Amino acid sequence: MKPFTYSRATSVADAAKTAASTQGARFIAGGTNLLDLMKLQIETPTHLIDVNHLGLDRIEPTPEGGLRIGALVRNTDLAADKVVRRDYSVLSRALLAGASGQLRNKATTAGNLLQRTRCPYFYDTNMPCNKRKPGSGCGAIGGISRSLAILGVSDACIAQHPSDMAVAMRLLDAQVDTVGADGVARAIPIADFHSLPGDTPHVETALKSGEIITSVTLPKPIGGTHVYRKVRDRASYAFALVSVAAVFGKDGGGRFAFGGIGAKPWRTPSADAAASSGAKAVAEAALSGARTTHHSDFKKTLVERTLASLYRQKEARP
Amino acid sequence: MPSDHLTRRSLLQGSAAIAAAAPALVPTGAAAARPTAKEGTGMIPVELTVNGREVHLQLDPRTTLLDALREHLHLTGTKKGCDQGQCGACTVIVEGRRINSCLTLAVMHDGDKVTTIEGLGTPEKLHPMQRAFISHDGYQCGYCTPGQICSAVAVLDEIAAGIPSHVTPDLDKVSLSNSELRERMSGNICRCAAYPNIIAAMNDVAGETKA
Repeated sequence: MKPFTYSRATSVADAAKTAASTQGARFIAGGTNLLDLMKLQIETPTHLIDVNHLGLDRIEPTPEGGLRIGALVRNTDLAADKVVRRDYSVLSRALLAGASGQLRNKATTAGNLLQRTRCPYFYDTNMPCNKRKPGSGCGAIGGISRSLAILGVSDACIAQHPSDMAVAMRLLDAQVDTVGADGVARAIPIADFHSLPGDTPHVETALKSGEIITSVTLPKPIGGTHVYRKVRDRASYAFALVSVAAVFGKDGGGRFAFGGIGAKPWRTPSADAAASSGAKAVAEAALSGARTTHHSDFKKTLVERTLASLYRQKEARP
Repeated sequence: MPSDHLTRRSLLQGSAAIAAAAPALVPTGAAAARPTAKEGTGMIPVELTVNGREVHLQLDPRTTLLDALREHLHLTGTKKGCDQGQCGACTVIVEGRRINSCLTLAVMHDGDKVTTIEGLGTPEKLHPMQRAFISHDGYQCGYCTPGQICSAVAVLDEIAAGIPSHVTPDLDKVSLSNSELRERMSGNICRCAAYPNIIAAMNDVAGETKA
């Protein structure tokens, strides 16, 4: 790791202000992704602001009947929360499909949203990567791209978003609550939170300099049957090749969000609209505009099969 | 061949003073023998309670909890495997929860209680999980074992606390099964593949606890 200085933030406002006014500053919460990247010198912050003591670790109901999840709520606690299990079980399922028990004990809600891609070319500092080093090129295009994105990609980057939790958050229309360096709070719909790579793959979110996530808010529960299916190279503790989060309504309707295939957690209105027509129609709608490589072409078939599996799982439920 | 009372580590380091099996921690004084904080050096004071004993360290903020335990406190039971959170050899229990000590900074844990393999039991008074690993042959080379045992102890607590897992059929009904144990232990890799015996050891301890 490169040397850095360290401080503990005493308030949200203080953290945001320090981050905006200190060159090379980064927030650290769970640290499970950031420290890994710092060891590889992919991330080289010169100052770390520890935000673990800001008290943002509560889950509480909102006046609108939804749920406000503190930025520092650990993945284990969020998945096990009684209200989340009962009313948003797709979120519990997505969280439990991710990482290992040890990592979920440390990883936070906000940190999970901000975790960086697992593209092997991003991780290999000997390779070109427009995300890691803007303008250096993309080693993944024309390289080994089996695990990478097929939706929302660009000529500059085909990195996938690795999160399971964010896929469920996208499905549930969560909103990301932040405070900026100027002390002003704002709410960002999760659909607008993650950026597509375009020509600037190093810009990954809508967050401004110093802006800090304070909570993630879920709207009131939508009922229905919640399911999450993750397909990966081993049965546990691996990133998704394809994952699908779905909520099926009693009226035959449904909504879908996808992981492992998008440059960001993926959702499209046309896929939701096709819910009553079955897996094949939903897959076709979701994959509209998909750009695959020789290695990643299998994901199109896998998306349809994963959806078919979810429909069967839904039928099997009482 | 080394005699029985000579450990591998003491042989390697030419000193029995830091025998890995010693239950007591290296006292605070030993930490003071290391480079002490000086103005402008960027060293940060960190206070931890490790295996029930308070320790005071002065650390470069880059020091992971794993390196603080091994290099500064000489608690070498906790192992460094991949150093990137993939193998679980560095698993310790912090504030009652298992974490990868390689993926967290010691300075982030100022004031925290840490339990390592040395704090679970001693050669004279083994923790039930340590005893079960021995009787079920839950290891071959043993390198991953401290992490496996810390993880296994925490897993049984997690199941008892009703925390669901990826394979829990009903999120509100958490119970013990082989598939639950396998899923929950997936963050601990064993290159010798002692997995079936580790699961047997865990079942053994879970049965004892229930009885």
